Amino acid sequence: MKTRKTDKTVGTSQIGSGTKTDRSFASVVLGPVWLWQLLSLCTVFGIWEIAGRIPISLAFPSFTATCAAFFEMIMDGSFATAYASTLPPLIIGILIVSFGGVAWGVFMGLSRGFEWTCMSLLVILQTAPVAAIVPLITYAYGIDMTSKVIVVVIMSAPLVILNSYKGIRSTNPSLLQMCRSFQGNRWQEITKIILPQASGMIFAGLRLGISGGFIGIVLAELLITPTGIGDLITYNRASALYAHMFAAIASIIIFSTLTLTVLQRLEHKIFRPELGTMSGQVN
Amino acid sequence: MDAPMAMIEKNQDTRETAAVTVEGISMHYPGGVHALEDICLSIPRGKMTAFLGPSGCGKTTLLKIIAGLLEPSSGDVFVNGKKTTAPGPERAFVFQDFALLPWANVLRNVAFGLELRGRKKGEREEIARKFIAQTGLTGFEHHYPHQLSGGMRQRAGLARALVINAEILLMDEPFSAVDEQMRRKLQEDLLSLLAVENKTVIFVTHSIEEAVYLADQTVILSPRPGRIAKIVSTDLHSDLTPDQIRRDRRYLDMVDEIWGGLKQYLE
Ligand SMILES: Nc1ncnc2c1ncn2[C@@H]1O[C@H](COP(=O)(O)OP(=O)(O)O)[C@@H](O)[C@H]1O
Ligand SMILES: [Mg+2]
Repeated sequence: MKTRKTDKTVGTSQIGSGTKTDRSFASVVLGPVWLWQLLSLCTVFGIWEIAGRIPISLAFPSFTATCAAFFEMIMDGSFATAYASTLPPLIIGILIVSFGGVAWGVFMGLSRGFEWTCMSLLVILQTAPVAAIVPLITYAYGIDMTSKVIVVVIMSAPLVILNSYKGIRSTNPSLLQMCRSFQGNRWQEITKIILPQASGMIFAGLRLGISGGFIGIVLAELLITPTGIGDLITYNRASALYAHMFAAIASIIIFSTLTLTVLQRLEHKIFRPELGTMSGQVN
Repeated sequence: MDAPMAMIEKNQDTRETAAVTVEGISMHYPGGVHALEDICLSIPRGKMTAFLGPSGCGKTTLLKIIAGLLEPSSGDVFVNGKKTTAPGPERAFVFQDFALLPWANVLRNVAFGLELRGRKKGEREEIARKFIAQTGLTGFEHHYPHQLSGGMRQRAGLARALVINAEILLMDEPFSAVDEQMRRKLQEDLLSLLAVENKTVIFVTHSIEEAVYLADQTVILSPRPGRIAKIVSTDLHSDLTPDQIRRDRRYLDMVDEIWGGLKQYLE
């Protein structure tokens, strides 16, 4: 077979469909994708800079001022101190959910009885405004790390559980029949068909869950305990150091984006090698 | 059962000699669809049998019941004289939608039956490579299904079924997902493959030409609920080339005869 390039949009099409010319046309006229991404970032930052300089509000710092504050906070150790208290409960919460939540969802997908017992609770948890529950948690567990972990878990667990459950349920029945036709047993069905097939949804759930966990930790630190990155935001706002406040917010956004990107790479590498072949060179 | 003694003995006889016998199979799906009604059949050993009929008449259902993948509402399936209700090592299924694992490459997919049987990796891949070569997939061992054309996916599905060395091959519309040229090529490849393998083959098709060209016996099913309308011998005993067969008088007559039988079902 001839070497040809495919990308995500043509990955599902069959060999021999005439996408080759379209693609080279696109890449000649439009240039590489990263150029466009860079351009869009520059536009956003440019508008931010202009808006900050007008200024549209005294509480709205320019892009450059925010960057300066960002580096200042790296150098003076404010970030290091803040993240030292933000990260442990976040990581503990996410670990609990990654193992417990996935196991829970998988089990729910595999067992009807368990599904019926848990479903209503999950739906309530998923739709409830969790921020309203947070003060209750403070009552019960005080303002130490336990409460933060609980908020992280509450914010992320329903997403992880529901996605794992749906992933298990979305198994292609034809693949299960195929496994049975070769006399595969239930254990092989689960490990060789159901779990690999569900891994995409499970990881999507983990990504959603982790971003929920980030929301949870910031919420906990804003509402319960003025520590960590939440404190950094509150403190700088109270002191009218808006550039610093923005830098603190930006730091958590960057941090969560990086975490999620790394997770996605890992997932593709380990569970879905074929997705890697959908972009880049195919021989 | 209050069938006469002679009848039972005769059944016993065919059960022993035929590869598969189907006795009184009816199928009602849970949703209320009445798919099959009282199907009785025997599938001769070492021959090719086609199930032919309009779509939705229950061909796939019948094939999956024979495979042990579906449980009939009533009736029995005998494979090599023994009553069966579950898949077994003597039967291999080729799925209409290929049922290839999207996350596994051709090599792993083709070897999957042996993987499920716990054969060692090196051993099963060596066997798989042999059938990959036989089905014309050499060079694609490390491709994933989404990188293959419809015809190649079907070849992979066929290779996977051949690898476990089952004597009975069950194929559900094996060539329906490919274009006409590829279809003919695959048909011929299948015939030459089976010439050496001596297997019993049951395949589902809705193409009269395909049934007559490939099968020794064609079972025509009526629309829902599927009943056996007619069983036609479509054995051409031919040493003609494929092109000669397609122009052969007997071939054309058989196609006409079957078409005559099927026409009544089209409003
Ligand atoms: N799992 C199922 N549940 C309910 N009805 C089904 C199911 N599978 C097939 N059927 C119905 O049974 C009939 C026969 O189906 P099938 O055996 O697939 O037909 P064919 O293969 O001849 O096209 C169809 O009307 C189809 O809608
Ligand atoms: Mg069918």
